[in-house]
Amino acid sequence: MAFTTSNSYYWKGFRDGAPFVFVAVPFGTLFGVFATEAGLNIVQTMAFTATVFAGAAQFAALQLMQDGAPTLIVLASALAVNLRMAMYSASLTPYLGSAPLWQRAFAAYLTVDQSYACSIARFEAEPQMTVPQRMAYFFGSVTPITPLWILSTYLGAVLGTRIPESWALDFALPITFLSMIGPMMRTMAHVVAALVAVAVSLMTVAIPFNLGLLIAGCAGMIAGAQAEVMLDRRKAKA
Amino acid sequence: MNTVDPVTMWIIIVGLAVGSYALRFVFIGLVGDRQMPAWLLRHLRYTAVAILPALIAPLVVWPSATGGEADLPRMSAAAVAVTVGLVSKNVLAAIFSGAATLYGMLYLLG
Repeated sequence: MAFTTSNSYYWKGFRDGAPFVFVAVPFGTLFGVFATEAGLNIVQTMAFTATVFAGAAQFAALQLMQDGAPTLIVLASALAVNLRMAMYSASLTPYLGSAPLWQRAFAAYLTVDQSYACSIARFEAEPQMTVPQRMAYFFGSVTPITPLWILSTYLGAVLGTRIPESWALDFALPITFLSMIGPMMRTMAHVVAALVAVAVSLMTVAIPFNLGLLIAGCAGMIAGAQAEVMLDRRKAKA
Repeated sequence: MNTVDPVTMWIIIVGLAVGSYALRFVFIGLVGDRQMPAWLLRHLRYTAVAILPALIAPLVVWPSATGGEADLPRMSAAAVAVTVGLVSKNVLAAIFSGAATLYGMLYLLG
């Protein structure tokens, strides 16, 4: 019984994660091409993409290496790009924290923008989900993209062919994420958090190492939390 | 083009792999099912709606494909995807209408 319900949540996650194929394939291909051009051999490229498993940080590291940055700077900057993963990890903990450690260890590896965005939206919309159902959903949501990400990196590295720019797949990432944001706006506090985060992110783009994103994210979270407190107070008075 | 020697390359790959994993594991792995304070949970409830829009907003305003020039088809597609998502609460409907707007505008203006 528990198995069948978890199983159906796995497929729900799979379906919700499927649109991200249009993000993972062009990005993976581009990484393969870019890594080969930067002088990485196929073993290095594949080890990189499979162990780091974070597109934006991988591109940042390669770019800095090509610019001849010192190793420590390359590591620190690329990890700064990935700092948001720690925030995703924290945000998922109330939902997945009581799962067995081995499952949480796998989930940590598979925490990417896509799996996080899908899962948190579902967990908030269906608070009655059990922990095994949530885990099943989470793993389902990364299943479509993980093998394709690795395969498309390989094809990019071996064939060196990019997807034509006229296909405009650069914009698959903004469209898929923006489409998820609308349904997440369940209260006024969510709207406030998003608007503040967007405004701050546009003001802080010039800050290096992607740190503007973290500042914007924290500002949005604080704004959302404050708005929630104020709205609750108003509701209590009424 | 700078060629990076293999030892440095492997240091970077292993360092990034370990570091990225540590960032992802730190809360879900180490905190686990220990109760977190209410104020922290209240902030974490807004992680997704703050970080994801902040991640995307600069890509919409200054798209890399156009060399950072604001671009009408991409702006319109973004606006349609958000609006349809808000109104319909349906992610797939938002994705398809955003993509249709993008390709339609690129075709008309192309």
